[in-house]
Amino acid sequence: MRFERRLLTRERGIGLPSKLWQIPWIYVLMLCGLAGVGYVALYSAGGGSPEPYAGRHAIRFGFGLVLMLSVALVDIRLVLRFAWVGYVIGVGLLVLVALHGQVGKGAQRWIDLGPLQLQPSELMKILLVLALAQWFHRASWERIGNPLFLIPPLVAVAIPAVLIFKQPNLGNALITLMISGAVFFAAGVRLWKFGLGLGAVAVAAPIAYEHLHDYQRARITTFLDPESDPLGAGYNIIQSKIALGSGGLWGKGFLQGTQGHLNFLPEKQTDFIFTMLAEEFGLVGALSVLGLLAAVVAFGFLVALRCRHQFGRLVAVGLATNYFLYVFVNIAMVTGSIPVGGVPLPLISHGGSAMLTTMLGFGLLMSVHVHRDVDLHASRSDP
Amino acid sequence: MTRRQREEERVRGIFARRALLLGVGQMGLLGFLAHRLHHLQVVEGGRYAVLAEENRLSARLLAPPRGRVLDREGRLVAGNQLNWRALLVAEQTVDVGATLETFSKIVPLTEQERARIEREVRRRRRFVPVTVREFLTWEEMARIEMNAPDLPGISVDVGTTRIYPEGEHLAHVVGYVAPPSERDMDGDPLLELPGIRVGRAGIERHHETTLRGRAGTVQMEVNAVGRVIRELDRREGVPGQDVQISIDAELQKSVRAKIEEGTSVVLMDARNGEVLVMASQPSFDPNIFNSGVSAAQWRQWTANRATPLISKPTNGLYAPGSTFKMVVALAGLEARAVTPTERIFCPGHMDLGDTRFHCWHRPGHGGLDMRAALKASCDVYFYELAKRIGIDRIAAMARRFGLGVPLEIELPGTRTGLVPDRAWRQAQGKPWALGDTVVHGIGQGFYQLTPLSLATMTARLATGRAVQPHLTRGIGGRPVRGIRPEDWPSLGVPEAHLRLVREAMWAVVNEQGGTARVARLPADLRVELAGKTGTTQVRRVTREQRERGFRVEQMPREWRPHALFVAFAPHDDPVFACAVVVEHGTSGGAAAAPLARDVIAEAFQRLRPGPGGPVARLEASQ
Repeated sequence: MRFERRLLTRERGIGLPSKLWQIPWIYVLMLCGLAGVGYVALYSAGGGSPEPYAGRHAIRFGFGLVLMLSVALVDIRLVLRFAWVGYVIGVGLLVLVALHGQVGKGAQRWIDLGPLQLQPSELMKILLVLALAQWFHRASWERIGNPLFLIPPLVAVAIPAVLIFKQPNLGNALITLMISGAVFFAAGVRLWKFGLGLGAVAVAAPIAYEHLHDYQRARITTFLDPESDPLGAGYNIIQSKIALGSGGLWGKGFLQGTQGHLNFLPEKQTDFIFTMLAEEFGLVGALSVLGLLAAVVAFGFLVALRCRHQFGRLVAVGLATNYFLYVFVNIAMVTGSIPVGGVPLPLISHGGSAMLTTMLGFGLLMSVHVHRDVDLHASRSDP
Repeated sequence: MTRRQREEERVRGIFARRALLLGVGQMGLLGFLAHRLHHLQVVEGGRYAVLAEENRLSARLLAPPRGRVLDREGRLVAGNQLNWRALLVAEQTVDVGATLETFSKIVPLTEQERARIEREVRRRRRFVPVTVREFLTWEEMARIEMNAPDLPGISVDVGTTRIYPEGEHLAHVVGYVAPPSERDMDGDPLLELPGIRVGRAGIERHHETTLRGRAGTVQMEVNAVGRVIRELDRREGVPGQDVQISIDAELQKSVRAKIEEGTSVVLMDARNGEVLVMASQPSFDPNIFNSGVSAAQWRQWTANRATPLISKPTNGLYAPGSTFKMVVALAGLEARAVTPTERIFCPGHMDLGDTRFHCWHRPGHGGLDMRAALKASCDVYFYELAKRIGIDRIAAMARRFGLGVPLEIELPGTRTGLVPDRAWRQAQGKPWALGDTVVHGIGQGFYQLTPLSLATMTARLATGRAVQPHLTRGIGGRPVRGIRPEDWPSLGVPEAHLRLVREAMWAVVNEQGGTARVARLPADLRVELAGKTGTTQVRRVTREQRERGFRVEQMPREWRPHALFVAFAPHDDPVFACAVVVEHGTSGGAAAAPLARDVIAEAFQRLRPGPGGPVARLEASQ
C-alpha cells in the first residue's frame, strides 16, 4: 500500500534538513516570546536594569534554545530505547542530592555542578515521564487492565516521589505524582483505579501532615487564613494580592510597580515574577501572558494528538502537563488560591535549573513532533 | 487490518478522548486563574490599590517653630535657641564602637551615654539617626565638623530648645515647657514628635495652641523596611505666633531685686487691667525644665517652705485686713446705712454680748466720719458699719470689686479665693453669727484673697470700671481686646461714693494722721499717691499676752502678722494700681507701704504714663 510505503520511507530515517523543516518554528517563536516577557519582567525586577537578572536570563535562554533544538533533532527511537537508563540516572541523582546536596531553605534540593546548580527533582519529572511512556508504549487495553501490569510503573513513580518528599519538597513530590497520574490516565488505566488512588491519598494525607516540616504546615495554615500572621508566613501572599489587585485593569506601567520596586513583594524575581508583571501591566497584561502560557500547554496536547505512536503521545501529554503544572501552581500561588511556595514560572522567572530542564522538556516535545510519523514498532525486537 | 493494528487504534481512541479531557481540564483550570485575576485586579482592585498606597506612603510631621513671648517693650522673655546635636547613623559606619571611641576623644561621653547610644543603635533600623549628644557648644560642634573624616556616621544637625532670658524673674508669669505627657495629648499629631515641648504653666500653657502652631507634613515614599525613597509632597506648617505680654521685664526685674522671701507685688494699669509687674519671691529658673528636672532639684523646690514653684500673687491666699475697709464703706453707702458725714464714736472697743472687739488704737479714736475712719483705719467704725448692713451686702460689694470671683488672668491654676457670706457658712452646716459679721467688717475672718485680686480691687476703686487683670497685649503682632479703658463696663457704684473713698485713701498717705505717710511719692514726681494699709494677724493675740505688754517683735517670724498695702496713682487721674503683700511683715504701714511707693515711683520713671511713654503708647496703638 502506498500508505505502508510512506511509513517505511520515514522509518528509514529523516534527513537533517527535513528534520529542521519539521521543527515547529511557530512554537519556538512562542517560547521566545515567553522568554521575552521574562526579560521585561526581570528588567523591572532589577530596578530598571538588565543587571542582575534580565541579562543572565537572556544568556540562559540562549543556551536553553540550543539545547532544545539539539534535543528536538534526536531520534525519538533513541529516546525510547534509553528511557529507563535515564530514569535510573535520575533516581541516582536524587539519591546523590539526598547524601551530598546543598541545603537551601531547610531542604536538600541542589547539586552544585560548578557554574550550574542542578535540581534533580526537576529533571526527574521529565525522566519519569519518558520511563512511564516507554512502559505503556505497546500495552494493549487488556494488558493495562491487569493490575499486576501496573505494579512496576507504580513502584517507578513511588521511588522518586518519596525521595523528593524526603528532601523535603512536598510541592514537587505532589507535582511528580500528578504528572504520573496524567500519563497513567492518558495511557488508559481504568478510571476506578484512580478513584482507589485518591481514596488512598485521602487516608494518607493526615499521616503525611504529621511528617511535614513546620514551614510546610505554616503554608497550609496561612493559606487557610493569610491574615492570621500578616508579618510572618502570610506576608508573602497578602503582599502579592495587594500588588496584583493594585495593578487594576491596565497596570501601573512598566517600572512603576510600587509593590515590586519598594520590596514589599518578596522574591519578586523568582516565585512572584508573575505578580510583578500583573502589577505593572494590569489584568490586560496578566491575561495576555496567561493566554500565551495556555497556548504553549495546548500545543503540547496538539502534538500528542497528531503523533502516530503511543510513546510520543504519552511523552507529549506528560511534558505538557509538566509545564501546565508549573504555570497553574505558580499563578494559583501568587493569587493566593493554593497553599504552596517555591514553584517557579519557567521561561519567565529567574533561575537556571528550571529553565534548562524546561527547555529540555520542550526539546523532547519537539522531537516527538518531528518524529511523529516514525514507526516505533519496527524498532522493537519482539513482535 | 491486523489485530495488532485494531488494538492500537483502540488504545489510540481511548488516548484521544482522555488527552482531550486532560487538555480541556487544564485549560479550564487556567480559565479559573483568569477569573481569579479578574476578581483580584478589577472587582477588588480599588481596595488593593488603597492598600498598596498605604504600604508605600509614609507621612512625617515637620515641627513648626514655637512662638516667642515678648514683654510690653518687645524684649524677649521666651524664645527658641538653636540646639546643636550630634547624630549617628549606624549604617554609615563600619564599626559603631570605634566611631564612638573617636567621638569621645573630641567630646567626652560617659559610660551611661555610650550604653544608651549602643542600645538605641541596636533597637532601631540602621538608617535611623540616633542622638549622640545634645546641646553642643559652638566649639564642640566645630571640632566635630573638623574631624568629620575620622567620624564616619556622625553628623551634626540643629534643633531648637526653649530659653527664658529673664530666668527666674518671669518664671511664674511666662511658665515653662516640658515634654508632653499622656494628659497633654489633645489629638494634635504634633505632640507625638520626639523633642516636642508643651507649655506646662503660665503664658506658655495658656497660649499653648497659639504658640505651638500647626505641624507641616512631608509625604514620603518608603520601601518595605521603611527607608525613605523620595519626598512626594511637602506642606510647610504654620509657625507658632508670638505672644506679647503686658509685663515690663525690666521693671519686674528691678522690683524682684527689692523684695524679700514671701513678698508679692502686683502692679496693674488701673485703666485697662494690664498687669505690668507680678513679682513673687522666691522663684525658680524655668530653663531647668527644658532638659529635664533632676530628682534632687525637684526635692529642693518642693521641700522649700517658701514654695518657689508657687506664684504668690495668684496663688497665695491672705486675709485683706484693713485694705478691705473701702469695700465695707461703699457697701454701707450703697445700703444707705450711713451717710458720709455721720460720726460714729470709737471708745477703743465694741461690745457685742459677752465679746469685746478691740480697735487697733487702744485709747479709741473718738467720733469719726467715714473719711476720718478710713484715714485712721478705725476698726470700731467698721465693726458698727458691718453690723448695720450685714455680711451678704459686704460680700456682694466685694465680688463686684473682683474679690472671691474668678478673674480672667491668663495664668492657669490661679486661685479664686474666698469671700464668705451667710450661704457659704450655712453650706458648712454652721450658722452665721453677728460676731462674724463684725470681724469681717475689718477684713479679718474667713477671707482668702490673692494679691492679684487686691490689685484688681484697687484698680476698680480707682477707675470705677470692672477692669479684668490680664497679661496678653498682642498675638502675632495684633493687639487684643481690653486695652482701652472704655472696653470695660462701669461697676455701677456712684461716682460720689468712689470719690469719697479715693479722697480718704489720698489722706491715708498725704495727710497728717494718715496710716501710711511713709508712702508719699518723692516730690520731684509731682504726683500724689492714694493707698490703704492692712495688717492681718496670723496668730491670735491672747488677752493675757496683751496684759503682759506683749510686743510683736518678740514673736517668731512665722507668727508675725502679714503686712499689706494697696495703692493707686496719680490720685486724681489713676494710671497705676498696686497691691503689696509682705508675709509676716508685721505692719502694713511699715513694711508694705514703702515698697509700694518705690514700685510706683519706678513705674512712673520707666513707663512714663504721659504721652509717648510705654503705658500711653499702648492706647495709641489702638
